[in-house]
Amino acid sequence: MQAIYDWAQDLYQRTGINLVFIYEEYERVRFIEGLQNTIWLAIICVILSVVIGVVGAWLQGSHFRILRLVVAGYIQFFRNTPPLVQLLFFYFALGKTLENLGVMPMYDAGGWQQPLIGNFGWAVVSLSFFAGSFNVEIFRSGIEAVPTSTREAAEALGYTRLKSYIYIILPLAFRVSLPALNNNLVNLVKTTTLAYVIAVPEMMYTANQIWSDNVNVPEMMTTLFFVYITLVGVLVWLMHRWERSMRVPGFGQTA
Amino acid sequence: MNARAAIPGIAAPANTDLPVLAPAAARLSKNTTRERQEGAWRLELKAWYGFVLFALLLLAIGVAEAQSGGDSDRSLIATLVRWMPVILWINGNGFVLNLLISFFAMAIGTVGGAALGLGQISIYKPVRVICWSVTQFFRNSPWLVLLFAIMLLFPFEVRILGEIYSIPAWMKATIGFSLPVMANLSEVVRGAVQSIDTGQWESSEALAFSRMQQLWMIILPQCFKRMIPPWMNWYAILTMATPLCSIMGVEEAVNLAQQAMAAEDSRPELLAPFYTFLMLVFFIYCYPIARWTIYLERRYTVKN
Repeated sequence: MQAIYDWAQDLYQRTGINLVFIYEEYERVRFIEGLQNTIWLAIICVILSVVIGVVGAWLQGSHFRILRLVVAGYIQFFRNTPPLVQLLFFYFALGKTLENLGVMPMYDAGGWQQPLIGNFGWAVVSLSFFAGSFNVEIFRSGIEAVPTSTREAAEALGYTRLKSYIYIILPLAFRVSLPALNNNLVNLVKTTTLAYVIAVPEMMYTANQIWSDNVNVPEMMTTLFFVYITLVGVLVWLMHRWERSMRVPGFGQTA
Repeated sequence: MNARAAIPGIAAPANTDLPVLAPAAARLSKNTTRERQEGAWRLELKAWYGFVLFALLLLAIGVAEAQSGGDSDRSLIATLVRWMPVILWINGNGFVLNLLISFFAMAIGTVGGAALGLGQISIYKPVRVICWSVTQFFRNSPWLVLLFAIMLLFPFEVRILGEIYSIPAWMKATIGFSLPVMANLSEVVRGAVQSIDTGQWESSEALAFSRMQQLWMIILPQCFKRMIPPWMNWYAILTMATPLCSIMGVEEAVNLAQQAMAAEDSRPELLAPFYTFLMLVFFIYCYPIARWTIYLERRYTVKN
């Protein structure tokens, strides 16, 4: 490790390329925290949005008209407004209102009161709901793709609606939906940069802090590009592998 | 002989009319493939969104009016009407600037995208590799990172022949927006060219067209029709993305609306009407484009 730090220091002295986040302890900690936050944000949002998608798609098949309407309204709202506006709305309008009303639970953060859902929390909520609204639509198409005869067969075997959803319909629907899901999740990872606007200390925000303190914009920008391209690349590679292994044989190659 | 090849319904046509998967599966698969190639989902804007937004705007105004208690100075309609010209067009800032950015970014993106896309199908491998890499790089970076990069790495003034020209922030934002558009359009061009039947290439070659002639006279005219719907879809997406540059302090509609609210003592009841108004403005502009895209797409697919 020390050798790498020395190399970065040496590089700076010889060429002026200032990779400060490698050789300086303080910036290194900051950088790694930013990277961790981005990765955490991405992972939590991906999982939550898939859960929202699965649950939402199930609710859309509900017998209650009102429930279906609520889900439809949710999808339309989140699909058709920019994620930036959603993020600002959740954090400033909803978050602050809840705090002012005293509904938001607070915890003691070493001397001052902090809301339980801070900016990271709201970023997770907002981005998950944003991606979730697309996922509901995707899973719904997947469920529609399961033939009625399969559904009737499950019913004939005595499955309840929930059980047939979990054991029969969803496994099939999931395979059909996976490619579309991939597209959306890759988009989601790129959208996590937006958390910058509500000051979540993720990669983008940390990089901004580092270049503000050290005036090394080109170096940090290159690093930022490298980090995001790597993140997206890894995700795409993983998802494609998964897609290939989950593919319904004979379906969708020619399309 | 591969044993799998003989299995009906998997590699060979199924000898039953029972559906293995309902038509929705094929639809989803088609949309996904298209989305992957075009790099964005199709905007599906419906007319009733506009009515809902308008109703919300009226509702928000009503609520705020009730809260202001009839004080004509703090009346919400008066406030909104007072700021409307500022948010929309005064000094060429506001929504007009959003449109300006979207026009220029689209123009640069189209020219660059066409060049990159044609580069991707070049017969020279180095050109192909370079164009492919550039496309992938800009396609896979987040918009905000690209925007930041251009905003901070571009000089704020240039010296040409001894004269110093300053580059305003919105121009840099335009370049920042044009990069992802360029990369995505490059893929659209490549996909469109590759979707042309190989017979077209072969027959034109047999008629002694040079490669340049083949491209310009045979292939591209056929691609053109297929590229129009994704191109328009990208324009609508780009327009809706322009408020991103408000983060960098470009005085476009969202930025000015925020400034206006700050100037009005940041009254919380202003939030809902102002943002709904902004959304309505963007909707009114993007709705016809989205509808027209769908119309053109339908018209072209029927003909094929």
